[in-house]
Amino acid sequence: MSKIQINTPLSKDTLQSLKAGDQVLLSGIIYTARDAAHARLIAALDNNETLPFDIKDQVIYYVGPTPTKPGQAFGSAGPTTSYRMDAYTPRLIEEGLVGMIGKGKRSQEVKDAMKGKAIYFAAVGGAAALMGKCVVSAEVIAYDDLGAEAIRKLEVKDLPIIVINDLLGNDLYLSGQAAYLESKGDK
Amino acid sequence: MKKVKYQEIVMQTKIACLKMAYDLPEDVQAKLEAMRLEEDAILAQEMLDIIIENAKIARLESRPMCQDTGMVICFVKMGQDVQIEGGSIEAAINEGVALGYDEGFLRKSVVNNPIDRINTKNNTPAVVHFEVVEGDDFILEFAAKGFGSENMSQLKMFPPAAGLAGVKEFVKKVVIEAGPNACPPIIVGIGLGGTFEKCALMAKKAAIRSVADVNPNETLAQLEAELLTDINELGIGPQGFGGKTTCLKVNIEMYATHIAGLPVAVNINCHAARHVKVVF
Ligand code: SF4
Repeated sequence: MSKIQINTPLSKDTLQSLKAGDQVLLSGIIYTARDAAHARLIAALDNNETLPFDIKDQVIYYVGPTPTKPGQAFGSAGPTTSYRMDAYTPRLIEEGLVGMIGKGKRSQEVKDAMKGKAIYFAAVGGAAALMGKCVVSAEVIAYDDLGAEAIRKLEVKDLPIIVINDLLGNDLYLSGQAAYLESKGDK
Repeated sequence: MKKVKYQEIVMQTKIACLKMAYDLPEDVQAKLEAMRLEEDAILAQEMLDIIIENAKIARLESRPMCQDTGMVICFVKMGQDVQIEGGSIEAAINEGVALGYDEGFLRKSVVNNPIDRINTKNNTPAVVHFEVVEGDDFILEFAAKGFGSENMSQLKMFPPAAGLAGVKEFVKKVVIEAGPNACPPIIVGIGLGGTFEKCALMAKKAAIRSVADVNPNETLAQLEAELLTDINELGIGPQGFGGKTTCLKVNIEMYATHIAGLPVAVNINCHAARHVKVVF
């Protein structure tokens, strides 16, 4: 299956061209954030503070990496389960977030918030050594005290991800299983 | 009387933690490769290839296969004729975990309690279970359990009338609800019978048992096979993208229960099924 190369920040054209089920190789700058960092981002917005990075047109990767070993650019970095971020996500999409990378199904509220605005990608859960190697450089930019949960700015090269929810509202978690069952039924 | 030194337990625990993080057990690797050959959905094949390639990178470059290097569980099987010298078993295991997670650059994912949630910064404490047996065996069975799959586990106290049909429906329901969250392909560990806590413990033991095992109890072996077929017919597939490789193995542990009860626990383990057995 051919893979589509895309670069961040994601343009409107790129977003529109991606369809649920597409395999993508992502390059450029992305930001890490998981549970605790999300809580702080939302608290910052509630207090009318500026976010630690400009979120417009950006992509967040839900990951809490292993510590970086000396001599390596980054530790192991696979996706964490996304539903724990659901409560915070619609607000971040309102602020201009256009992409999220994680694993697992999203809530209906998140799917509604994404329509026409943002794409949800899955990275391969558990393939963290392979994905960690796609990180060229990393830098903690906020919430250092959170350790693995701090916000990091990552430069990635050819990070393998799959489109789950596209702008039109298609959902690979529904269509992939349905297509498989249909193919079995046909036999 | 067999004597085991505290320091020996510390060292073996440390080594086990490193091995678990970097080295996918052979039984799991072999099962992934065998099921890859049977998979016919294209995206599913690619996902299995990535998972297999990831295990190779982890082993060759000593990189944790998954960033969630888990909470450590240890089943201690200890003969009555074994004496530990120099300190408590639990303290030794925790010291070994702290050393391993530090030296191996593994992620420290344990918080002190679920209310304050302060990271203990060395991945301790481990969860330690003891079983005392006759003789002088001293065996430590370790698992490093990620919580993507742990969070998808469930227990239900059925009435006896629910029968095997009820048990099967429940297992399928748990797998469907877990969906992509538990990083399929998964391993399904089932506890059948006992009491509430015994049932959960059996499910855990089943979840970390080898996927190459054939259950010596024929009824259970058959039930495991039937459930595996049922689960893989759901079509969830690797990572939930559709396909037949949803589950690598169903393992069941069973125990006596009360006339009024049918406890069932389903503990899900992910493909990063890290387990190591140390025999002293
Ligand atoms: S469920 Fe398993 S494979 Fe998935 S992220 Fe957690 S530990 Fe890793």
